[in-house]
Parts: sequence; C-alpha cells; structure tokens
Amino acid sequence: MTNEVLARPEAHEGPGGAELTRAHRAQAAPAVEPVVGNVTLWQLFRVFFVLGITSFGGGVVAYLRQALVVKQRWMDDETFLSGLELSQTLPGLNATNMSIYMGERLRGLPGAIVALVGMCLPGTVIVMALGMLYASQARSPEMVMVLGGVGAAAVGLTLATSLQIGKKQLANPLDLGLVVLTFVVIGVFRVSLVAALLAIGPLGIWLHRPRKAVAEDGGGAAE
Amino acid sequence: MNLLALLWVFGLLSVLAVGGGTAVLPEMKALVVDQHHWLTSDQFGQIYSLGQLSPGPNMLMVSVIGYRVAGSAGAAAALLGFLLPAGLIMFFCGRVWDRFEDSPWKEAVQRGLAPLTIGLMLAGAWVLAKTVILGPSTAAIAVAVTAILLAKHVNPALLIFGGGIVGYLLGR
Repeated sequence: MTNEVLARPEAHEGPGGAELTRAHRAQAAPAVEPVVGNVTLWQLFRVFFVLGITSFGGGVVAYLRQALVVKQRWMDDETFLSGLELSQTLPGLNATNMSIYMGERLRGLPGAIVALVGMCLPGTVIVMALGMLYASQARSPEMVMVLGGVGAAAVGLTLATSLQIGKKQLANPLDLGLVVLTFVVIGVFRVSLVAALLAIGPLGIWLHRPRKAVAEDGGGAAE
Repeated sequence: MNLLALLWVFGLLSVLAVGGGTAVLPEMKALVVDQHHWLTSDQFGQIYSLGQLSPGPNMLMVSVIGYRVAGSAGAAAALLGFLLPAGLIMFFCGRVWDRFEDSPWKEAVQRGLAPLTIGLMLAGAWVLAKTVILGPSTAAIAVAVTAILLAKHVNPALLIFGGGIVGYLLGR
C-alpha cells in the first residue's frame, strides 16, 4: 500500500481521495510505528525546506508522507490521513494546509509557522527569480513560446488530475450533476465564487446528509 | 492603496480556495485581469506557467503578481494575503478536528463538498485553457499531456518541462 500512495500522488490530492484514505488507514496504519521524540524546530524546518525545494509537479502530499511518516517517523498514518482529509475539506492549498497541520501536531504554533515557512520559502525565492527574469525578457518570443508550452502542459495536468481524483464523483449521477452545475456556473457563466460556494456547498452537504438505513455509498440519494 | 487591494483580493481568494489553488483560478483571473487590470490575460497565463516551473506549491506565483503591482511589498502582501487566512483556519480547525472524527456530519461535509471541488477544478482547467491555448501546437500539447497522464503514471514535472521544450520548438 505504501508504494501505491507514493506512486500515485494524485490519488491523494483531492477530496475524492477520502475513500482511498480510509482503505489506507485500515491497511497501512500498522506498517510504520511513529518514533515520538523531541522534534526540534530546526529539524522541522529542515525537513519541510527540503520538501519545498524537491517537490515538483503537484505531488507534494506523497512527498510529505514519505518524509514524515516513513523516513522521520514523526507521526503515524492515522494522524497523517486524518490531516489530509481536513486539508482537502478546508480552503487553502493542500501542501500548506498539511504543513500547518503537521507542524502544529509536532510543535504547536511555532511548529506550524516553521513548517509553513520551510515549505514555501524555496518555491517563493525561485518563482520570484523566474519572475524577474520574465520581467526583463517578457517581449522575447522565445520566452513566450516556452511559457506557452508550459501553460498548455499545465492545462493537461490540471484536467487529468481533476478527472482522476473525481473518478468517483463523475460516476455517481447525483454528484455528476453537482460537478456539472459548479463547472457551468463558474466556468461558463462566471458567477462569483462566493455565491456559488454558498449555494452549492450547503446543497451538496444536504444531499449527503447523514441518514439512517441508507446504503453506505449514498446511492439512495440519487433516486 | 495597491497594497491594501492586494491583501484584500488575495485574502478573499485564500478563504475561497476550497479544493486548492486550481479551484480559485477562474476567480483569480476575474479579479486580477478583468476587475483590477493588474495583468493582461497573456501575462496571467505566463506567470501561472512560472509557478509550474518552480518547486513547492504552484500558487506561490501569486508573489510575482504582487511584485508586478507594487514591488517587493506587493509580493509580500499577495503572499501573506493568500497564505494567512486559510492557514489560520487550518490551524484552529486542526486542533479540534479529532473531536469530529466519529461525527456522521464529517462524512457528509466531505462527500458533499467533493463534487463542488471537482467542478471548480474543471472550471480552473477550462479558464486556464482559454488563457494559454492560442493555436494548434498549444492545443496539441494540452491534449497529449492529458492523454499521457490518464494512460500511465509519469512524473508530471517531466511533462511540464517537456511542454516548455515542445512549445519552444513549435510556437503557438
């Protein structure tokens, strides 16, 4: 199971991963026992800094698990996956939310700050350096062509990731309806995101509200 | 004034980013390009690409937007605005999260918000596509990357850099 988490980071990147994470929780939890000791703030910073500089292409969550659960053994899978579910449900980037959650678990508020800074510092410095280069070369056709190709590849990456983590939602008629509604409202009609979240969020939660004697997969709600 | 506007715009985007960075791309473009005219659509797409080329979270590219609006202070304002509000929510919810471990509503919230998140991510991909796909070769790159990623497991970073190389060779 460990290998699958690492091999398919995208499976863990979104809310659709909730089912998967439950499976992992059952099967992967006994595999690695955490060695709880005194993690210093400096150690915490170093680990997150290395993650911030080595994680490319959106798979930060897989790198996080490898470093904190498997290598450093600072927390168990149970705690990690619980934090991942929360990170995906709350607003904010998965990587920064996870850094804050893990830093808080290990060293409280200072830990959360140190983990967040470590995660973001390298990328910020590098993207700012690229930004300066971009500003000085913005009119060069070569620069425009390279960035155009990167942007087009990013479209493919975003689309593939959405389809992969949304596999379960896209297969369920009720969820598919909510996906299409959200896409049309935001992507086509450009309704404000605040309004869309306030309307569609509670609707989705209500449709999945806890009920007695309804099949676990929520299929009952589709009828 | 620009600093306050940056803080407000990115702070708002921060608390709206349910489902991560891609989910707020349409709203970010609407605010940054259409409403405040800080960037053109082309520049927005190009700065997003810079984020893809950098390690760590892609959305750290908001610092570059802030920098173009108001220099170093602008970069700090955009970054703090984008990271702090959601970070504070995460920090405080993380502390009480375990108490809801067995609540049936926890499941309802996760399952109910999941389709919303997928819809927002697809809308993000759509808006990004309209921004950066400007001709046959960029369209071909996007289709090829999607197909490769759906067919087999490849490190996405390789495809991102590959897209840059192909873009350089073929143009738009």
